[in-house]
Amino acid sequence: MLPAAAIAWKYVLAGTPEDSPNYTKTDHWWSMLIDIPKCIGCGNCVRACAAENDVPDGHFRTWVERYHVTDYHLANPEVISPDGGKEGFPAVPKSAGGEEGFSAAPEDAGKYFFVPKLCNHCEDSPCTQVCPVGATFVTPDGVVLVDQTYCLGCAYCVQACPYGCRYIHPEKKVADKCTLCYHRITKGLTTACCEACPTGTRQLVDLKDPNDPIHTFLKTHSVQVLKPQMATGAKVFYNELDGSVR
Amino acid sequence: MSGVEGYMYPNEITLNWSVLIVLYPYITGLVAGAFILASLVRIFNVKAVAPTYRLALLTALSFLLVAPLPLQLHLGHPLRSPEMYFTPHSTSAMAMFGFVYLWYLMAVLVFEIWLDYRSDIVHLSQTTTGWKGRLYRAMTLGSDNLSPRSLAIDHKVGWIVTLVGIPSAFILHGYVGFIFGSLKANPWWNSPLMPVVFLFSAMVSGIAAVLLIYMGISKLRKTSIDMPCVDTIAMYLFYIFILDFSLEMLDLVHRVYEADESFRTLNFMVHTRLYFSQIVLQICIGTLVPIFLLAIVQVKKLPEIVRKRIYVVSGCLVQIGVFAMRWNVVIGGQLFSKSFLGYTTYKVSLVTKEGLLMAIVLTILPLVILWGLVKLLPPWDDEGQASIPAATAAN
Repeated sequence: MLPAAAIAWKYVLAGTPEDSPNYTKTDHWWSMLIDIPKCIGCGNCVRACAAENDVPDGHFRTWVERYHVTDYHLANPEVISPDGGKEGFPAVPKSAGGEEGFSAAPEDAGKYFFVPKLCNHCEDSPCTQVCPVGATFVTPDGVVLVDQTYCLGCAYCVQACPYGCRYIHPEKKVADKCTLCYHRITKGLTTACCEACPTGTRQLVDLKDPNDPIHTFLKTHSVQVLKPQMATGAKVFYNELDGSVR
Repeated sequence: MSGVEGYMYPNEITLNWSVLIVLYPYITGLVAGAFILASLVRIFNVKAVAPTYRLALLTALSFLLVAPLPLQLHLGHPLRSPEMYFTPHSTSAMAMFGFVYLWYLMAVLVFEIWLDYRSDIVHLSQTTTGWKGRLYRAMTLGSDNLSPRSLAIDHKVGWIVTLVGIPSAFILHGYVGFIFGSLKANPWWNSPLMPVVFLFSAMVSGIAAVLLIYMGISKLRKTSIDMPCVDTIAMYLFYIFILDFSLEMLDLVHRVYEADESFRTLNFMVHTRLYFSQIVLQICIGTLVPIFLLAIVQVKKLPEIVRKRIYVVSGCLVQIGVFAMRWNVVIGGQLFSKSFLGYTTYKVSLVTKEGLLMAIVLTILPLVILWGLVKLLPPWDDEGQASIPAATAAN
């Protein structure tokens, strides 16, 4: 009885719901790399996430935005994300490099690109700071999780997230968000969205693994996080992030 | 998508904080304001407002008892709320609410009311029979010593409790402002002025509420209104209102002049979706008109009947203005996208857990509780005159 309680307590302290043999949390520091030029806006990641994590309709643990930036609207780009980009996007005009033939003056065509979004698993996450009971927490391996058996459903964390990554689950009445597929990555798998991405736009990275290609990538590419002025320690890195992205 | 203009992050389209969260700072503000009015008598020795002393304390208690209900009803799992006491998260402003609330309820308000009413309660326990008599006997807490020395101790301790109560009232409502003001994710809320603005608007709404309740009860009881009392309250209301309005304008001017990345979005919102509630209700009808009316009373000698009407109208407009201010903060802060590229809409539901009907019930409930408290602990003596706190009377 006692050893069982001790083991259970170990997992409570660690914030993990299940045993993961051969996995040492302190050996990892998870994050994700998004290679923007590679994203084709197919929506595979959004569908895979919804299926893997039973995400309720109308809410998103991950979504894809399409930006349309013209010379005259650098500060105010046109952004769409129909149903979170789950079923892809409407066609881009031919003049902007798309395949559809509807008219758009070439000088106004601007540029189009896709930006996948998800929880940034911030190191100094504002959502964790404000949770009144500590139901939201950062795991020793750098993933922001919600203990849904403990969450009050006050939505303070939803208000505190600068990136709009959280929502109140309509049936469970608790905060819900991307877990970086914690149930998968602690078993040596990658996330559902990374697995489903056909172009390798999304890559799960382990910053504590010296052999992870991310280290070279960060040194050789122009990589940025979303809203760096928020100083949240966001850990989802974007390659070639355009200045117009919010 | 209906009600959405521009681009919202997909999880932002539905608002998470409803009209009940508007009600919560509004009610808490009334508590803080009513208590500050009571402290004018006890600490600052403003004898003119003594007739409202006990009524202000009972008003504060009535609203304080209801203050956590909107929060409780809003929670997805209300039964888990005790966890805020058992396992509070030390970095969370909201987690501290439970403790500030309990401290204010038990250590300040209930204690002060008990000390002030102790001699009345002892008298009532000896002269009342039945369940009421038993209730009064229980309320004496076994302390039925009414010797002059004992009463003097009551007064002294009561004074200290009120003294502690003033910063406590400031903390109670200042922290409500901090809950919003400390969120860096939301530029509409994020301001160090937010707790101060909340505090001053709380004083304005609480003082105006006691003024209205006092005049209303006097009318119901067919007793005369103590005009020097209401004149003095109106004077304090006017000066605090000026401070409150100055702070709100300072916040506004600062935002306009600084014009940071969020300005264009917020400016658009104020000119469209919040135009009626912010410009018309909060600033014009709820602030400028009552300030103007109260200013007239300060500079012109008006007949009693006119002054009374001005106080009633101003008091009501103040309530509308302060409620609109809470609405604009809570709802307004969720109407725009944190991407600054779009806007959503809030529609109040009617008969739901967080709907309009519930909000109305929660607004009326404190008045029902006040009615019960006034019956149980009359703020006036047998001759119908409002009781003056012994501490003030002794001075």
